[in-house]
Amino acid sequence: MGELAIWITIFLSGLVTFYLRYSFIGFSHRVQTPIWFRQALRFVPAAVLSALVCKALVFYGGHYQLSLTNERLLAGLVAAGVAYRTKNVLWTTVVGMLVLWGLQAVLHG
Amino acid sequence: MELSPDETQAAESRRAASEGVKDVWPSLLGVVPFGLITGAAGTGAGLSVLQTVTSSVLLFAGASQLAAYQLMGAGSPLLVIVLTVAVVNLRYVMYSASLAQYLVGWKPWWKVMGAYILVDQLYALSLHRFREPHLSRPLPRWVYYITGSLLTWLVWQVAVLVGAWLGAKVPPSWSLDFAIPLSFMAMVFAAIRDRPTALAALAGGVVAMFAATLPYNLGLIVASLAGIGVGMGLERRQHG
Repeated sequence: MGELAIWITIFLSGLVTFYLRYSFIGFSHRVQTPIWFRQALRFVPAAVLSALVCKALVFYGGHYQLSLTNERLLAGLVAAGVAYRTKNVLWTTVVGMLVLWGLQAVLHG
Repeated sequence: MELSPDETQAAESRRAASEGVKDVWPSLLGVVPFGLITGAAGTGAGLSVLQTVTSSVLLFAGASQLAAYQLMGAGSPLLVIVLTVAVVNLRYVMYSASLAQYLVGWKPWWKVMGAYILVDQLYALSLHRFREPHLSRPLPRWVYYITGSLLTWLVWQVAVLVGAWLGAKVPPSWSLDFAIPLSFMAMVFAAIRDRPTALAALAGGVVAMFAATLPYNLGLIVASLAGIGVGMGLERRQHG
């Protein structure tokens, strides 16, 4: 991504985010959100975040990394265990990074 | 002795400000590490400190910032990134809709400020507090809301700045960009509350893995929609 494209992306993302927050506060306090929207919203975090995680574990640097020496996948599986038990962002990230660095040292060091 | 309306309002506002601080500070303990991770992930994904901090000031929404950094690092096109940010931040429409009824009588610029600075914690706290009698009028409500959210905002931005600065000193071989999917992991498990949400996560994840080679990183959007669709379908079936 070029520098200009990055800046434009940042500004547009900010604009969209503000618009979402301002939507009902700014334009109407009588309209209700439709039911299907509320139903869909319930699944947004689980679906989107899981998609981001799973892709990042098996596909990076431009290709699939489906070997047993894929240290991101291995570290990710350990971190998933921590995430499942603690549901804590900090612990999951710290443990996952430490396992990744350990594996990198063993496999490539 | 009876207080005049102005004096009552001033007393209510002072009380609202101190309650705003008191209610919000425990959540700041979580804001600091999340901000540090977000900042470090921004520079880890290849953005400059200035770009990371600017995006943090403009978006002020951690999960969507992380999603944007991950996609920028992977070289995704502008439209896919903006669309993903919008999907991750869709919940704000819901917050906006349910908070709006309590903001009657707010000045237009209070609404603009209040919308910009709207985050999960203050939404939840305000919804709970605005039913109390001393927080029934526009000014004390505004004071309560803006005190709590400004404090959150300040702590968040400083944490992101420090994280971005530290992240920029770390060489790419440390793979700091990997902190992004890791931080999402805990959020995924926190978002799984029942069978439909669990299957939404599973479907989103599996489709994302298979659709990884779709052009423009569109696989992510396809996977998100698939996960949401599976969750909604399952829920409909369960409830008749």
